[in-house]
Amino acid sequence: MLNVGKIEEGFVLDHIKAGKSLDIYDHLQLDKLDCTVAIIKNARSEKMGKKDILKVECDLDLLDLDVLAFIDHNITVNVIKSGEIVAKRELTLPKQIKNVIKCRNPRCITSIEQELPHVFILADEEREIYRCKYCEEKYTPTTK
Amino acid sequence: MRHLMSPLDFTTEELDKLFNLAASIEQNPSKYAHACDGKILATCFYEPSTRTRLSFESAMTKLGGRVIGFSDAASSSAAKGESVSDTIRIISCYADICAMRHPKEGAPMVAAEKSLIPVINAGDGGHQHPTQTLTDLMTIRSLQGRLGNFTVGLCGDLKFGRTVHSLIHALIRYPGIRFLFISPEELRVPDYITDMLKEKNIPYEEVIRLENVMPELDLLYMTRVQKERFFNEEDYVRLKDFYVLNTEKLELAKQDMIILHPLPRVNEISVEVDNDPRAAYFKQAQYGVYVRMALILTLLNIEV
Repeated sequence: MLNVGKIEEGFVLDHIKAGKSLDIYDHLQLDKLDCTVAIIKNARSEKMGKKDILKVECDLDLLDLDVLAFIDHNITVNVIKSGEIVAKRELTLPKQIKNVIKCRNPRCITSIEQELPHVFILADEEREIYRCKYCEEKYTPTTK
Repeated sequence: MRHLMSPLDFTTEELDKLFNLAASIEQNPSKYAHACDGKILATCFYEPSTRTRLSFESAMTKLGGRVIGFSDAASSSAAKGESVSDTIRIISCYADICAMRHPKEGAPMVAAEKSLIPVINAGDGGHQHPTQTLTDLMTIRSLQGRLGNFTVGLCGDLKFGRTVHSLIHALIRYPGIRFLFISPEELRVPDYITDMLKEKNIPYEEVIRLENVMPELDLLYMTRVQKERFFNEEDYVRLKDFYVLNTEKLELAKQDMIILHPLPRVNEISVEVDNDPRAAYFKQAQYGVYVRMALILTLLNIEV
């Protein structure tokens, strides 16, 4: 069993689908943060069989939980302070996401208009369907 | 300040008010002949259109206003690479209201976000064409006297037709609507629409032959079946005549049924049908002007 040390302050993102931790690393733009990140792939899990875990040692305000919820709202977010879990955050699908995913509809105005943000609106919460604010094209995930 | 991006932007009560105003304009056009004196409509058409642009221009002219604009992207600043956001900021300084058609879906919404004047979506790619839907509803309401309790037949290309999808969304807000979707397998209404109808318990049937359901219809909305939509030529040849409306098929229809078509028509309605009193597709164009006049007055908050 591989051991990764405790973090003092930050987040432990648990129950990430096995193999998806790098997608989350990219979406959260952790490469741009000057902090310690541990990526644990294919850890054993009673609930999931295999899972990934991300440990991020950073200021508690730095992580965009809306983005995380959009990627996978089943992830458990453990908030760590002074080396201990002080809270578990529930993730809910954000009503709107901005510049996280791009509209792939070539007929959409976002394909030509300069500096127009890519905004998606939660159109159907039950089915987790997001639609482009401008052309209403459904977002079909490839890596989600 | 309000804009019109989708036919669902207005509640049914607001639509009633709009249609009442359009009916008043129809009955007494001279009362409104100077309602927009001194006002300017900008028609920003980034792609060619005959009926929609002229209908807007006719509407504003009949209200006493003036029209400026362009009728294709080549003659606009878009050819120099100007963004829609920048263009509308400039147009806002020249005009009081803008009707915009654009090949890119969502372009009028981008304009509305930056605009200082009301923006009307006059068609954005395959996405929305709200004033066509308002025209359809106005025509139905004027000729049938109501907007509910109908069996509505939609015939032809139900997969790609934006006018069909918009009309379905607009009609399901009224009570007692039943749909009969008449199309080849290849051109059926998309699943998201039938899913929505099931969810809302709105009755519908999908059939292939128009003749089989003609006697049941209160309203027949025709669209064109294009050859290029078929996977093979044989199917096209086998099915194309099913979707041509002629006097023979019309004999099966109710006497008070009305026939609508968003136009342009190619051959899906025989010319011989034009003289039948049930043919309402040319009257539709007239109602389109009244409803656009009412829309301009409403968005400019002008009361007469």
